[in-house]
Amino acid sequence: MIGRPIDIPIRAENGDEPVSHGNALPLLHEVRHALERLLAAGEETVIDLRSIPMGPGDEARLEAELGTGEVSARLETAIGPSVALETRFPGVWLITHYNSEEQILSRFIEVTEVPAILRSQPEDVREGLDSLSEQLLQQTNE
Amino acid sequence: MSYDKTLGEALRRQGVSRRGFMKFCATTASLMALPPSMVPAIAAALEQARRPSVIWLSFQECTGCTESLTRSHSPTVEGLILGQISLDYHHTLQAAADSAAEHAREEAMKENYGKYLLIVDGSIPVGNPGYSTIAGISNKDMLLETAKGAAAIVSVGTCAAYGGIPKANPNPTGAVAVSDLIKDKPIINVPGCPPIPVVITGVLAHYLTFGTIPELDDAGRPKVFYGETIHDRCYRRPFYDKGLFAESFDDEGARKGWCLFKLGCKAPVTYNACATTKWNAGTSFPIQSGHGCIGCSEPNFWDLGGFYKALSVPNDPVTLVAGAAAAAGVAAGAAMAMRNRKAKADAKSKHQTVTIDDLEK
Amino acid sequence: MSSTAMDLLTWVRGPGFVIAVAIFLFGIVLRLIEIYSLGRKPDLAVARTESRGSGGRTILGRSLPPEGMLKRSPITYIGGYIFHIGLFITVLLFEPHIELIRNLIGISWPGLPSPVVDAAAIISIIALIVVLANRITDPVKRFLSNFEDYLTWTLTLLPLLTGYLAYHHLFLNYTLMLALHILTVELLLVALPFTKLFHTFSLFAARWYNGDISGRKGVAS
Repeated sequence: MIGRPIDIPIRAENGDEPVSHGNALPLLHEVRHALERLLAAGEETVIDLRSIPMGPGDEARLEAELGTGEVSARLETAIGPSVALETRFPGVWLITHYNSEEQILSRFIEVTEVPAILRSQPEDVREGLDSLSEQLLQQTNE
Repeated sequence: MSYDKTLGEALRRQGVSRRGFMKFCATTASLMALPPSMVPAIAAALEQARRPSVIWLSFQECTGCTESLTRSHSPTVEGLILGQISLDYHHTLQAAADSAAEHAREEAMKENYGKYLLIVDGSIPVGNPGYSTIAGISNKDMLLETAKGAAAIVSVGTCAAYGGIPKANPNPTGAVAVSDLIKDKPIINVPGCPPIPVVITGVLAHYLTFGTIPELDDAGRPKVFYGETIHDRCYRRPFYDKGLFAESFDDEGARKGWCLFKLGCKAPVTYNACATTKWNAGTSFPIQSGHGCIGCSEPNFWDLGGFYKALSVPNDPVTLVAGAAAAAGVAAGAAMAMRNRKAKADAKSKHQTVTIDDLEK
Repeated sequence: MSSTAMDLLTWVRGPGFVIAVAIFLFGIVLRLIEIYSLGRKPDLAVARTESRGSGGRTILGRSLPPEGMLKRSPITYIGGYIFHIGLFITVLLFEPHIELIRNLIGISWPGLPSPVVDAAAIISIIALIVVLANRITDPVKRFLSNFEDYLTWTLTLLPLLTGYLAYHHLFLNYTLMLALHILTVELLLVALPFTKLFHTFSLFAARWYNGDISGRKGVAS
């Protein structure tokens, strides 16, 4: 018989929901414990997402579960941009480091009030102070 | 370039801020598979790290290891790590050739005697030194000479680490691993065919950061990258435990991403970081793309009996020998039966009838 | 350099396996022919009772404890049962084992999830240890035991134990433990035809024969 496509064992992928291999949920439990520690003792936690076995769809599922919150900051460093995103859950940040071609170098979940990388660093402040002083000096000279 | 500039100074001169340096350190920690809590220690060490001189020797190899490293996405932190070492000799990559190149190697050896890092890819033929030479120098001679002044040796790729494909049965060139020839230097094996580029740079980063060699397993591999089997870290592992297997490469199970054990996946006996670090900037790894692991970071993986044979299945054909054994069993059984029958017949023939008269005698 | 684990695994999956299977098949065929070719003298007497079915009933009947025996030696019966069922599950319903059988003779059947097989394996190991302890502490059993009993016990325990340890990554790395697991199975295969482990093949035939001959002599079961 010709033309009975229904018999061909092909299953259409459901595009609505990301396929998950169940590795996102245990991670979210870990994040919940980290938040409890942050509240109780002020203890900060960093989770390296590269150290966790992720199946296809797991990372998308994780991102979807975490959602986006009030803060999204983009850093432009000399070795490429970085994005620090506060998730739907305050205190849970998703930090993504890119190279200058916007490929992901590393990815972390940080459970903290402010990710350290967002703070101005004393070394950079000192350098900034120097260049401001120099700028003012030049304008005074003009 | 100056050798006495520290990494911290070098990066700062390139316009990298402290924030950029923190990002570099966080990524380096991730690269070295160290926990994020190690970042401050890494930052302190990297700040003070100095550019080591590196000599890279390529012997019986396919250049796949160098390709793996140099074709990895760039510019990257891997690139930056490589930027921090002084690659003084690599005959595939350097512009100079023949005696000029050899001159560069001798110069680097002399200047940094006892301090340089020696990287080797490819196995060494000892059957006949003529099988592989560079500028007329046999691989074995070059290795022995260059290893003398090395602080440590990194065997990149399965060929350098364990002999690899050149050593595959019947090993026509008499290929051996670096560790078969050098016994008095610390050797770090970074096997894989090719190794994951970030694992190569991770090992270099470790050396650059701490100036030591990482903790090794009994096959000489850094435990941080080769500490667990791919099977144990595989996202398809739950399917193995549930007993859900792909039976062919295009069945329903294969489409659903079930375990590839029955299709010959060697992940249960393969120690490597593929399942977590993955390839091509964390995009995927062989199992994720639907093909079983071939065990390329294990010694003699080429002779493991076929990439598509399940691990629990014998390597060699059994049927013929089994048939012969059964036939021999039949023959021996028949011989045994004849002997038993003869014993019975003999007993019967010796049987004497006893009558009452005999007993009364 | 320690490529020894992988070398051993390659050997036990290659030549080692072929040698073991060859000796196993040779031994099994030899012994079966030897036993069956012995034959019996024709029984010219009229059967005392209608003995048809007596052999079959004995196969079943001997599998159940006679009245009162379960109470008198519970460890022998319960331990023996648990061990044999556990061994059956572990050997024949673990997916990698089924894959091996499919590869060798082409037939296969569905397996059980690994944790279930894992439980069966550990239960079998415990049962084996309990029956050994019973054999050693019971004066009658100890008196009746000889070297072969302890040898076959060891040969049976080792594959179970190494398989369990390999699955859980205990003591040795997985590669070496897997190699040892296959090696111990090969030792078991080699010894099976020539020791009392041969009961795997002779048990039911022997029971049938006993039941049948007893039936003819008037004690049908």
